Amino acid sequence: MSAVAPAAPSSSDTSSASSRTARQRYTVVVVGNPNTGKTTLFNALTGLTQHTGNYPGVTVESALGEFTVEGTRFLAVDLPGTYSLSPRAPDEMIAVGILLGQTSTTKPDVVLCVLDATNLDRNLYLLTQVLELGCPVVVALTMTDLAHKQGIAIDIPALERLLGVPVVPVQANRRIGVPALKQALARAVGTAAAPPPVPFPETFSREVSTLAEALTHDNGHPPLPRFLAVRLLIDAGGPIEHAFTEKYGATGTALLHAARARLAATGIFLPQLEVESRYRWISEVVAKTVHQPPLTPTWSDTIDHIVTHKFWGLVIFLGIMALTFQSIFSWAVPVMDAIDTLFQSLGRYTAGVLPAGPVQSLVVDGVIGGVGAVIVFVPQIAVLFGLIAILEDSGYMARAAFLMDRVMATFGLSGRSFIPLLSSFACAVPGIMATRTIEDRRDRLTTILIAPLMSCSARLPVYVLFISAFIPAQTVWGIIGLQGATLFALYLLGLLLAPLVALTLKQTLFRGEPVPFLLELPPFKIPAWRVVLFRMYDRSWAFIRRAGTIILATTVLIWALSYYPHQKQIAEAYRALRAAAPPEEQERLHIEEAGARLRESFLGQAGRAIAPLVQPLGWDWKIGMAVLASFPAREVVIAALGTIYNLGNGQDEGSVELRAAMRAERWPDGRPVYTPAVALSLMVFFALCCQCGATLATIKRETDSWGYVALTFFYMTSLAYLSALAVYQIGSRLTGS
Amino acid sequence: MPLQRTLADLGPHEEGKIQAVIGTDTLAQRLAEIGFTPGQTVRMIRFAPFGDPIQIRLRGFHIALRRGEAQRILLQPA
Repeated sequence: MSAVAPAAPSSSDTSSASSRTARQRYTVVVVGNPNTGKTTLFNALTGLTQHTGNYPGVTVESALGEFTVEGTRFLAVDLPGTYSLSPRAPDEMIAVGILLGQTSTTKPDVVLCVLDATNLDRNLYLLTQVLELGCPVVVALTMTDLAHKQGIAIDIPALERLLGVPVVPVQANRRIGVPALKQALARAVGTAAAPPPVPFPETFSREVSTLAEALTHDNGHPPLPRFLAVRLLIDAGGPIEHAFTEKYGATGTALLHAARARLAATGIFLPQLEVESRYRWISEVVAKTVHQPPLTPTWSDTIDHIVTHKFWGLVIFLGIMALTFQSIFSWAVPVMDAIDTLFQSLGRYTAGVLPAGPVQSLVVDGVIGGVGAVIVFVPQIAVLFGLIAILEDSGYMARAAFLMDRVMATFGLSGRSFIPLLSSFACAVPGIMATRTIEDRRDRLTTILIAPLMSCSARLPVYVLFISAFIPAQTVWGIIGLQGATLFALYLLGLLLAPLVALTLKQTLFRGEPVPFLLELPPFKIPAWRVVLFRMYDRSWAFIRRAGTIILATTVLIWALSYYPHQKQIAEAYRALRAAAPPEEQERLHIEEAGARLRESFLGQAGRAIAPLVQPLGWDWKIGMAVLASFPAREVVIAALGTIYNLGNGQDEGSVELRAAMRAERWPDGRPVYTPAVALSLMVFFALCCQCGATLATIKRETDSWGYVALTFFYMTSLAYLSALAVYQIGSRLTGS
Repeated sequence: MPLQRTLADLGPHEEGKIQAVIGTDTLAQRLAEIGFTPGQTVRMIRFAPFGDPIQIRLRGFHIALRRGEAQRILLQPA
């Protein structure tokens, strides 16, 4: 490491100073409006060092990355895009806490504020607030190529003088200006913060100072940053005031209300005063530094006209959605099948190398099976996120949300929830990961909780097996095929229940003031391939790293439950049988032994234990056990039934033997176990139940809470149980079986 | 006296000048921060296919809002 470090931080800050010398690393926090190319710039700065992680002291995930310039190491933190630093939600409060150094031991060494050159006046609003944080600030001016094309000319030296901070023009997607930006950041570390440029009326500034001092002297609290005192006065009823009331109690509240009353008495109307003061200053700056020709229609306006058209817009939308759905539903499948085959051959090879016994079984069925269960999701995730990145980076995603908002608003969500829910019809895992584009926390959580109700592709084989075995292939009224209608009804079931669940959640757990929709529609542009590829890589890797471990653990757990206790009698009985049997009988005996072992395992015992619970659904203990075995991954039920009925675990949904074995199953009194009513109750259960460890692992990853995992699991399982119960009880009476 | 015109009353391609944003809640503050300030010109670009939300041009950028939100933005009398 080079010893050349910029000026040392102030000596009063000893604890952080010593940790800094040890790490030689400075923190740069990146802020900016949405759609400014902030994330692209962040990627350009940090490259592949980027990862999602927890900022020190904060439980909310943010993008972190590193870079080095002239021997100075930086940790870069990308905060979510925002239009202002006036926090209204807990997440925004955390962002402000990071900027003020209140949620960790260190304040950022420098704040990088990203401004869109084509939208300078609105972008400057956020900057005026950033300049009041008391940190060194560097401005990156993005979209300069687009501004140039629109004939916008910006006098950068004049802008630097008026703002009092360095301004670096960049074109992040082509890496232009990035080295100069890094140098500007390195130079800014350790410098004094520029004085806040926006003038506020004297009466207001005095009240801010009075409040900050009064609260600091009161009870020996640490000094209240001026920025927070300003927000405290202005943001009545916001999260800062809530935190403040808890901390300073009645005396603090009295001081605050008195200050607000004094300001109101002088005719100052607070939120307006702030916005008007800032925009007045901004219009002066813009008048002096920006030459803006009159707006002329662009090709982006023409595209916008077509893709939001009342008829063609919807046609194009449906086309793009069909393409998205198709890509995850079928185009990713060959790769997934290849992965499946690869892991199966690996399993067979390993089984041949390792001696039979618990170690072989753990490695083959537990570890290799588990890793395969993780990797198999990667093609869908990569394909979906490649498409989402293209849709977002081109500007189409905002239009899709614009088109669908009215429909989604009927059940309390916004247009932003549409793509995640649609994707969940292929697989809830990428669908849930796609909810990151939903800004509002309550909307996002609601979408996450209903996404697993969409009938995913793993449910299809289960439907196919039971429909082909137990639903008669006849037509009703001459046109409607009963089998097809059943399949359609199963898809519809989740689709109809999801809005009801969403409405319920919005009126109970996620009740609150409705969120402003306010969706910016950025100009269309050609997506940058770097952005697309990075997104595919980043999302796939994030899934493997964070959800993968939980999926693997679940698979190993279920393996153990179906392998132990290892019954010696069974092994010995079958060893004796095999010794006496001719070679052509050996394979059948192995399969029978596997079936016998599974039926006597912990899982088999659990199946018998829950028999009274599943009997009202029309199921016997073997079905109950197969359903239990399929909680980590619903499609496993087919292989589990195969093993239970002594057919081996290689059965698929098209297996004739499996259908025959199911039809032959009898209760002790001779009645057939499987009737159409039982098949329907099973399929309804599979349509609604949360039998997917990967989904639960993804919810844990995305919400950072086991509470939402438990909520999803219990509400879906209850819904599935009650619906299956109703279907069987009504169905068996109607059909008299 | 007729009710005052709001942003939601504009037809496609019509323009108006903002007089005020009604209210002091989160929505009113967000609208103001994003640039809906008195004196600014706003232009209705189009309605979404189902009539809501609406697309507005403000300060050179495009933004979609729901009609209920647009009703909070009062326009100067034409």
